[in-house]
Formats: sequence, structure tokens, C-alpha cells
Amino acid sequence: MYNFEFSNPKTIENATKALSSEDAQALGGGQTLLPTMKQRLASAEVLVSLSGISEMVGVSQSDGTVSIGGATTHAEVARQSREAYPALAQLAGKIGDPAVRNRGTIGGSLANNDPAACYPAGALASGATIQTNKREIQADEFFRGMFETALDEGEIITSVTFPVPEVANYQKFEQPASRFALVGVFVAKTSGGVRVAVTGASNNGVYRWREAEAALSTDFSASAIDGMSGDPSDMIEDLHGSPAYRAHLVGVLTRRAVSSCS
Amino acid sequence: MAADGGMGFATKRREDVRFLTGRGKYTDDYSPANTTYCAFARSTVANGTIKSIDVSVAEEMPGVVAVFTGEDFVEVGGNPAGWAIVSRDGDPMKEPKRPVLAHGKVRHVGDAYAAVIAESLAEAMDAVEAIEADIEELDAVVNMADALANNDVLVHDEIGTNQCFDWGWIEDNRAATDEAIKNAPHVTTLELVNNRLVPNAMEPRCSIGEYDPGTGDYKLTTTSQNPHLTRLLISAFVMGIPENKLTVHAPDVGGGFGSKIYHYGEEALVLAAAKKLGRPVKWTSTRTEAFLSDAHGRDHVTKIELACEKDGTFIAFRTETMANVGAYLSNFSTATPTFLHGTLMAGNYTVPNVYVNVKAVFTNTAPVDAYRGAGRPEATFSLERVIDKAARELGINPVEIRRKNFVKPDQYPFASAAGLEYDSGNYDALMDGLEKHADLAGFEARAAESAKNGKLRGLGVNSYIEACGIAPSNLVGVLGSRVGLYDAATVRVNATGNISVMVGAHSHGQGHETAFPQVVADMLGVDPMSVEIVHGDTSKIPFGMGTYGSRSLAVCGSAVYRATEKIIKKATLIAAHMMEDSAENVDFADGEFSVKGTNKKVGFGEVALKAYIPHDFPIEDIEPGLEETAFYDPANFTYPSGAYACEVEVDPDTGKVDICSMVAMDDFGNVVNPMIVTGQVQGGLAQGIGQALLEHGVYDENGQLLSGSLMDYAMPRADDFPNLVVDHSYATECTHNPIGVKGCGEAGAIGSPPTVVNAVVDALQRGGHDVEHIDMPVSPARVWEAMNG
Ligand SMILES: Cc1cc2nc3c(=O)[nH]c(=O)nc-3n(C[C@H](O)[C@H](O)[C@H](O)COP(=O)(O)OP(=O)(O)OC[C@H]3O[C@@H](n4cnc5c(N)ncnc54)[C@H](O)[C@@H]3O)c2cc1C
Repeated sequence: MYNFEFSNPKTIENATKALSSEDAQALGGGQTLLPTMKQRLASAEVLVSLSGISEMVGVSQSDGTVSIGGATTHAEVARQSREAYPALAQLAGKIGDPAVRNRGTIGGSLANNDPAACYPAGALASGATIQTNKREIQADEFFRGMFETALDEGEIITSVTFPVPEVANYQKFEQPASRFALVGVFVAKTSGGVRVAVTGASNNGVYRWREAEAALSTDFSASAIDGMSGDPSDMIEDLHGSPAYRAHLVGVLTRRAVSSCS
Repeated sequence: MAADGGMGFATKRREDVRFLTGRGKYTDDYSPANTTYCAFARSTVANGTIKSIDVSVAEEMPGVVAVFTGEDFVEVGGNPAGWAIVSRDGDPMKEPKRPVLAHGKVRHVGDAYAAVIAESLAEAMDAVEAIEADIEELDAVVNMADALANNDVLVHDEIGTNQCFDWGWIEDNRAATDEAIKNAPHVTTLELVNNRLVPNAMEPRCSIGEYDPGTGDYKLTTTSQNPHLTRLLISAFVMGIPENKLTVHAPDVGGGFGSKIYHYGEEALVLAAAKKLGRPVKWTSTRTEAFLSDAHGRDHVTKIELACEKDGTFIAFRTETMANVGAYLSNFSTATPTFLHGTLMAGNYTVPNVYVNVKAVFTNTAPVDAYRGAGRPEATFSLERVIDKAARELGINPVEIRRKNFVKPDQYPFASAAGLEYDSGNYDALMDGLEKHADLAGFEARAAESAKNGKLRGLGVNSYIEACGIAPSNLVGVLGSRVGLYDAATVRVNATGNISVMVGAHSHGQGHETAFPQVVADMLGVDPMSVEIVHGDTSKIPFGMGTYGSRSLAVCGSAVYRATEKIIKKATLIAAHMMEDSAENVDFADGEFSVKGTNKKVGFGEVALKAYIPHDFPIEDIEPGLEETAFYDPANFTYPSGAYACEVEVDPDTGKVDICSMVAMDDFGNVVNPMIVTGQVQGGLAQGIGQALLEHGVYDENGQLLSGSLMDYAMPRADDFPNLVVDHSYATECTHNPIGVKGCGEAGAIGSPPTVVNAVVDALQRGGHDVEHIDMPVSPARVWEAMNG
């Protein structure tokens, strides 16, 4: 790890100020950033910790939405959204291990947009709104490919608002080593239709599986997408699975998610 | 008679108190005053010519006290291979020099070519980044078949080939085996890969060098399974430091699994640097360095043929194996694929013909050496997979085909067709136990239940034999070992009656600190807690060969036994003197000496005190003191054996394998502490199941390690396992060591991989998939691909 300054602001305003300096970087739970820094693969002049900003921590609900502070840990989401949005709680509760869940944050996860991360699928399928210190960004606009998002330099996720669907379910098939999603599928059914978001599979990061959405919006049952699988043409090829395998899993997990909704 | 806590008691491990309360003292916990810190510059390419290394900037960096390159070590010796193998054509194996730091060429990703010593680790790391190395990348050779097929890319130019040796076992049996296979009514052939494993001990390697200019003494504190062996290698081969001027201390060690048997260049480097600087030098491996530079395990590609009669009687096994030794020969790397593998290729069977051919191959990858099981898992996997396939082809039940060919209890000592003499065993009894404990008869009902849940259930069985207690010096000498493989113990009864036992074996998870005292306490009739083991420090212990090959209790424990016998003998003389009678009339039992036919008696404690206060000793007949040493060199290997069963459920939609049950019936001979033995087997099973389902060291064609971190290298975790059922009650004693023990440290890792794969293949076959084999790790993706053509 290289040396860095540490800033521990208590307000979003001060965090924004601290982040405006050259080579400053936000620190959420550090579960991605710190290991990379330890390996000297990343460095920052100033780390601006967000976990001391109380307005960015916690889960609240109001008419049909659940709002989660950007610095809220996975463990807190798992605990506090259990009733309001069980599928999201279940997703959060299966990220990593207890140590990761008690440090890692929703803001860090979405900002990082790891192609195998779980939250991006939850946010995209739910049609969440991402609030930053500058603006609001719709999930459909937010994810821009592997590790890429719509966030600007110095822009931080202050909270995420999820419209709560009628029913939803997340199915995660674990990569055997990291236990991130080898493929993960989040299915959300609202009065406006069904949204299916897939993580872990594509070289372009999280995406919506439109064919399945169309079929499921007409007939919300696993049989409606019988025999369907994802499009392998731009899927990830690695030690743990071929594009064909991932494409197959997309179909299997989507059917399982739909079945688990009923 | 067993004292409470003596032989056979499931005494809790006394060392766990310090381990579980964070009071263990590992090498990295030790920082002598004025310690400096070492960081290595390691190659990022798999094969390259070192054109130049400019350290001038690095040397001027803050805190830097010295920079070393390979140039500084051209004069010192290479780190040698411990076994000399002779090729079929009579040529000795190729032994390119393994330098302390790469010189001239780098040969694998992670190969260290420079080292920086600085006041702090961060400063050392900064300076490593400032080293300007001009390394011209060359094509790498990674695949073994390619390495043998063409010499365009050589790992070591000076030997003109990538083949280390081409070994035949037993060469004289080759023609007969070929002939038997040619004429056999049925031949089953299987090609398989024994996957490369990265050991990943919890504690990474760590070494601290110290030098005392006042005395000229060196001290190496290091993560080692065998401090004397490390000292011998450094003294006799690499650095020439006289053994009496070098202390090697391996304090608490957090797991080894083989990877800490070997002497590594980092150890020599910290010693040389300490001498040059007159200050202690410490290096602690990162996990990344461990992935790149610890000796890996296994990595065999094998074709095996089994010839048999139509009724399943085995006629011959013939094996052709390519064994990866990586870029350099690690200390046991030549023994592992040969004598620890080829000699076991008759398995538990009366098969008359066995021939094994092994070609060892240099590649631009990390060195490969013994890893828990070392050669025997490779042998067992090949045998037990091909036997399963033959059983299916012949329509014979897999349990029956094994039973049909087992060596029977009345055939011992049994000379196997692969050149070993098995001294004892009862494989049918183990199989009987397995049928009962694993409820093999109830399998079909369980399979039907799984089918209702949409899962394919499969059953795998396996039997294994291994050679443990790696020793008999006469035998290993004939087989090419350059060292003797005895062990040693000193039993020191202190004046106040408590006992220190200095042993050559090293304990790094095996529980010696608890088990060895059980043996001594049992013999002397004293409280085991009054007996303490001293290990790991060459300045305190007799010359022993350390811990690997499940040898500690069988070899070192036997030395402890013998030394304790000598103690009893001498104490009897002292007791006789005290009771004014002759030694022949003195009996010793339950910690008391008594004169036959009288009520005269003295306790062991009184005798011990007398030994150190010999006011009235007949000093011509009895020396003062009560301390004895024994070196023990057994007559043969020991032969643990077992029968294992595994049931799996395969999810046909995803290919995911769940282990439903794993039952291990092992014959370890006598058992000193059943709880420790159970723990050893369970740990071995975890590693074996890890190999079967999860772990895989993978290099790409450029020699980059793709599974170079725990994000991609799948270590098994507790929730990957069902309750592991372990039983060691179907035991036959080892006939040639005084405790009758065989060794249990590796069995689980040897017996389980084929059991698991047999079960997965069985599940797929039952599910109507024509799948004969899946290479390990049997990952979800591989299973799915096998099912879907
Ligand atoms: C062992 C392990 C297992 C894991 N398993 C999973 C898993 O199964 N599924 C899964 O989804 N994830 C998994 N993760 C990742 C985990 O969820 C991380 O918490 C997450 O990826 C990053 O969140 P963080 O709060 O730790 O962010 P950090 O590591 O602190 O930061 C990550 C990046 O986001 C930026 N950042 C942080 N917070 C904000 C913010 N509020 N606004 C803008 N930018 C911000 C940082 O500058 C940095 O670039 C795992 C991690 C580990 C170590």
C-alpha cells in the first residue's frame, strides 16, 4: 500500500469538498478498494471515508419505495429491508461473508459496478434511482459496462431508492472461488411489467434480458421462458465457465427466480 | 497399562490452548532488535533473458540498506534435488542449477531476480519498484506435451531438452506387462489429468536471517517442516555455512502440506544479507508471492490401461505419465512422481504385472513438488478411476471387482508387483466396514429420493493403499534418495521427575505436543502433562528428518519409544541400587519399581531424583543423570489402507455437485489419540474433496497464473462438506515398528479424490449420460459440459 491522507467528513457537503482535491477517492467499506491498494494496484492521495456521514447511512421506506443510504452496509440492508423488500434483503445477505457484509456498502458496490456483483442486478431490475451529491440517475442510465458507471469524478452515491415490486427474487449461482455471482438473475414484477437483470454473465456488465422480460410480462411463469437461454455472443469466458455455460445459466436462474416469486 | 491420557485416549490437544487464544508464536511474530525488511523483485514474464538489472536508483532510495541480484550469488551452490533418478536408458536425470536469485534468465512468473533490504517493508517495496530490469521476454513453454515434443523453447538451455528424466518402473517388467496386455481378454484405457494444486497453507512462508559477528553464528528462523533438513541443504549445498555455526528454528508453523518441506532461495538470501549487514533480515511472503513461488502440487497427465479377465480378475496395469516439475527441481520433486507413485501402482491388489513410465518435464511454471499425499494420490486416482471404468465395461459391481482382486489377510507379507512388501492389512474387513457404515445397500432408495427432487445421485467407492513412515534408509537409498530417512529423539527425565522429549519431527498441525507425550507417559506410568515435547530448533533437538509423508509417529514416535525403553532400562539399574537388589529382580509397572516377591518399591520420581543426586552411586556401573537418545530407522515403509465411499447429488440444470456423504474407513494400525487421527483424516478429506471439486492451478499459454489469487483459486470451505464420517477401528498393526502405527496424515487426501469423481460419473451414468470421465476439478461448468456433449 502506498501512503495516503485520510479524511473522515461528517457531512455530504464536506465529503464533496474533500473529493474535489486532486487524486482524492471515496472510500466506502473498502472491501474492493483496500485489497487493491494493498497490492499496490491502486493508489490515492486522499481517501475520503463516507462511513461517518450519518445522512448516508440507513434504510427508510415511504409509499412503495425503500431508500438506502449510500454508505449503508450490506448487513444493515439485509436486516432493515427484510420486510419492506425481502428480495433485496436476501441479495444483500448473500454477498460475501459476514466480514464483507459488515463493511461493504451499497454505494461502493454500485459505483464499482463489478461485472459479477449482485447489487447492480437488484438496482437495474428494480428500476432504482441513484441519488448522488449532484443529481439523480436512473438505473437504466447508470451502468455503462464493466466497472463503468455514469458517475463523474468526485461524484458519490448518497442514496438509492428502490420502487418495491409486487414480487421479486434474486438467484445467484456462485463462482466457486470468489463466490461472487458466476451468473445472477434478479427478476422484479411490477404493475408496469417484468424486469429481468443479469449479472456475472456479460462482458458489458449487468444488463436487462429483454426477451425474457417480454415473455414474462405476458405470462409470469417459468414455463413462459421454457427453453430460453441468454445470448452467449458477448459473454464472459474464464476459468469458471464458458459463454455457452453462462448463457445456459441465465435461462435456468431466470426460471428459478420466477418460480420462487410465486 | 494405559495411564489416563496415555495410549488410545482422545486427549484434547494441549497446543490448541495457545493456538485458539492467539498466543501461538509464528515466525513473523518474531522481530529481533534492528530488524531490516526484505522485498523481492519477481519476474512478471514466464521466460526471459535478463539483459541488465540497474539497481542504482533503488540503492539510493530512502531507508534502503542493500540490494542483491543474482550476480551476488553466482559463487554459491545450487539448491539440489534430494533424489537422483536414473532414466530408462541409464542416463542420470538432468539437474540444472537452481540459484538463490535468478541469474541470466528468469524461468517462471514469480521467479525472484533481485532483493531489496530496507529499514521498513514499505521502503523495501518502493525500492523494488525502482529497480530497472531489462528482461527480454521469450516464448514460454507451459504444456508438457509441447515441452517434450519440441526443443524450440527450453526452460534450461544448458541441458538441451525439457525432459528431466524418462523413468521406468520396473523396467524389467515392461516386456511382460506389454505382453500381458496384448493377450488380455479385456483392456480398459483411461486418460486423465491430476490437477495442479497450490498449497495455500494459512501461514505464508516467512524467513528471518541473523548473524552474530562476535561468534560467527548464523540463525535462520523459518517456516519449515524439517529444520535439520533445511540446515543440511544450506550447509552442505547452498552456502557452505558449517552446520555447527547455523541454527535453524521453525517455531509455530501454520500449516505446510508439503510446501514447507523444501529449502527456498529466500532463506539463503536473508542469511547472506544478515551476514553482510550485521543486522537481522526478515522476509514475509504475501499471498500473491505464495501463489507464484511456493512449490505447487501434483500436475500429472496420465494414460492408464487395465487388462483383466472377463470375470474382472486383474492381469496388468500399465501407466504412462508426464509429471510437471516446473521451472526448477524442488527438493523432493524427483521422488514424488517416481518412488512415491510408481511403487504404489499395484494398489491393494494381487495383480501380477505392473509397469509405470514417468517422464518428468520442465516447464515455465512454479516448481512442483510433494503436496499432502505426494505421489500416492496420483497413483490412487489413476488406479481407482480405471478400475471403476473397467467395472462398468464388464458389468461388475465396483465393490465386487475390488474385492475379487484384494490381497487377502493370509497373504502377508505380500510382495506387490510394483516392488513393495506390504506387511499387514485387511482390505476386505475395511470394505465390510464401509458397506455397513456407508449403508451401501440403502443407496438405491436414496437415489430414488434424490430423483424425486430432480437430482442425479451417484455412489463412488474406492480402496487405497499408501506407503508412509517415509524412511527405511536402506530402501530409499536403493531408490535414489541422497539422504537417510531415520528420525531421532532424546528423552530427558529432569531431576524433579518431569520429562522433556527432544524430537526430530516438527509439529505444524499434527498434534505431536499431545500425542508424543501419550506414548512416553504410557510407558513410564506418569502423568502425560508432566511430559513436554521440544521440537523445531536444531540447537535443541537431535538430528531428525522432520515431518512429511505421514512419518512422524511411525518413525520419530518409534525413536521416542526406543529412547524411553533405554530410560526404563537405566532407571531399573538405579532402582535396583536404591532397593539393594539386582536389576534382574526388579519389575517396572505403573510408574513403580518393585523387587519381585517382596514389598520393596520405589516410584519413578524418586529414581529420577536419585539419578541427579548420586551421592552413593556405584559410579563405575551407573552414570549419573537420566537422559537417553535413540535414532530409529525402520525396516520397511508402513502401509495404511482404506475403503472410502462418497455419495453425491448432481443438479442436472447447472452441473453443480453436492457431496451428500463421505465415509472413510482407514487402517492406521494402532492409534495413539483417536481424536487427533479423526481430525487428520477430516483435514485430508477436505483437501482431497477440494482437489476433486474446486482447486485448480491454471497457467495460460504465456505462463501467467490465471488462478493466482483466492478470487479464482477455489479453496474448500466448511460449507462444501457434509459431516465427514471417519472410522479407524478396522485396524491391523504395523509389524515392524514398536508402536504398531502406520501414519494417518495424508490418507484423506489420497483416498477421497477418486471416490468423489467415481460418484459423479456414476450419477451421470445413472442419469443416462454417457460420460466416462471428467477431469478434476469437477466444477459445475465441466459437469454441465460433460452432460451436454
Ligand atoms: C471476499 C469478498 C467477497 C465478496 N463477495 C461479493 C458478492 O458475492 N457479491 C457482491 O456483489 N460483492 C461482493 N464483494 C464486493 C463487496 O460487496 C464490496 O463491498 C463492494 O464491491 C464495494 O463496496 P465497498 O463499500 O467496500 O467499496 P470500496 O471498496 O470502499 O470502494 C469501491 C469503489 O467504489 C467507490 N465508492 C465507494 N463508495 C462510494 C459511494 N458511495 N459513491 C461513489 N463511489 C463510491 C470507491 O472510490 C471505489 O472506487 C465481495 C468482496 C470481498 C472482499
